Amino acid sequence: MTLKRTSLYETHRALGASLVPFAGWEMPVQYSGLMEEHLRVRSSCGVFDVSHMGEIEISGPDAMKAVQYFGTNDITKTRDNQCQYTLLCYPTGGVVDDCIVYRYSKERFMICVNASNTDKVFKWFNEVDLSEVAPDVTIEDVSDKYSQIALQGPASIRVLKKLTDIDPKSIWGFYFTETRLLGKKVLVSRTGYTGEDGFEIYSAPEDSAAIWDAIMEAGESEDILPIGLGARNTLRLEMGYPLYGHELSKDITPIEAGLARFVSLNKEKFIGHETIKAQAENGVEKRLTGFVFHGPGVPRDDYEVRVKGVAAGHVTSGTLSPCMRRGLGLAYLPPSACKAGTEISVIIRGRAFKAKTVKTPFYQKQVQ
Amino acid sequence: MSTPEDLKYTKEHEWVRLEGDTAVVGITDHAQDSLGDVVYVELPEEGSDVTKDEAFGVVESVKAVSDLYAPLSGNVVEVNEAVVDAPEVINEDPYGEGWMIKIESPSEEDIAALLSADEYEQYVEEEK
Repeated sequence: MTLKRTSLYETHRALGASLVPFAGWEMPVQYSGLMEEHLRVRSSCGVFDVSHMGEIEISGPDAMKAVQYFGTNDITKTRDNQCQYTLLCYPTGGVVDDCIVYRYSKERFMICVNASNTDKVFKWFNEVDLSEVAPDVTIEDVSDKYSQIALQGPASIRVLKKLTDIDPKSIWGFYFTETRLLGKKVLVSRTGYTGEDGFEIYSAPEDSAAIWDAIMEAGESEDILPIGLGARNTLRLEMGYPLYGHELSKDITPIEAGLARFVSLNKEKFIGHETIKAQAENGVEKRLTGFVFHGPGVPRDDYEVRVKGVAAGHVTSGTLSPCMRRGLGLAYLPPSACKAGTEISVIIRGRAFKAKTVKTPFYQKQVQ
Repeated sequence: MSTPEDLKYTKEHEWVRLEGDTAVVGITDHAQDSLGDVVYVELPEEGSDVTKDEAFGVVESVKAVSDLYAPLSGNVVEVNEAVVDAPEVINEDPYGEGWMIKIESPSEEDIAALLSADEYEQYVEEEK
């Protein structure tokens, strides 16, 4: 299969990025170096190409009802121009994908989904019988119409201010606005996947290279860096954010993943409601927990986790935290072992490395 | 990429500096550059034996784990504990402070099998 390329491919090449296959795309994994890129986003700001992400639009008189049925969160609690994190589940309660819903109006929503799941989600939306719940909707995969650039880090707001007529401060957290950047039509949301303040900018693919260059230029005084998928992963992991294919899958429910706050059991029926409600009431057999190493070592995906010397689960994501300089990760363990402070061990090359379970986020933002 | 003329090299990207009867071993500038920031190192115990072409330790960056392969067989007479405590030294000074182990009395045969700086540079070019 040939890898897809984003509209910023040539830009990445010119910047000397290492490009790797990711979810069917040829994407930059790093530019100057993962560690430097990661730390720059925390201390100042960085720019990411996330055009591989998919966008699906749901519109029509019953659009809101359809979104309410597909997602676990309660979309009626949002206002126009607001974003909401939600989970799409199967009737089993297992996760189809986690996504951000953009509400233009009660009759038009855009759903930003993971690159690896775009086709699957679009197919799923079309398979679900909406004839009773929301018959009058149109579902369209609009991924090809958008490039997406993320500008993340505490200095992002100053960089964006130089480029738009609107005051970026007027975009509240988890809201979006449609505006112009370099005269090009864009959608700007105050969202991200790093735990830092920041924005995600959706544009037409043909405009993205000019927008990227303008951001790099406007960010020069802030020492802005281009950031690859490597640092994107370590940034999200320091925050304990789940990643589909690691912490989320069709065999894991939102309750097990510790995402109950994004599940609205009191709203009208949604797909997966019964299983998820039962789990919320009766408890689960495994739960996602964070852990940190006591000493040196780097936990990685799939390493075995032991509790009291007995195999109890596997690492779903692990890394050395660039900010904390310590090995940390996420794993599914029996709920009894998830209590913060539980001593566990991670098996690396046959040796047990001691760790303890902790609450996430791992990284606490420095007060500036 | 820096490849000092006075060192010997392997296709596994280790370098060897012969100091009398002892061989000092580390990873090349090219290797540290490809790895990125080294964040963890595992080295053998002092006094243990290593075997040519077999793994003697591990270097890890945030992104990946790589085995270290012994360029020569012999007894490990010294281990650089400083790189275990501060692995970033391997990125900063791969041919100096970033050395890893010292192997005692390597065989002439093992030494003869090592690459010269020119041969190593050529190999790296071909590998690209």
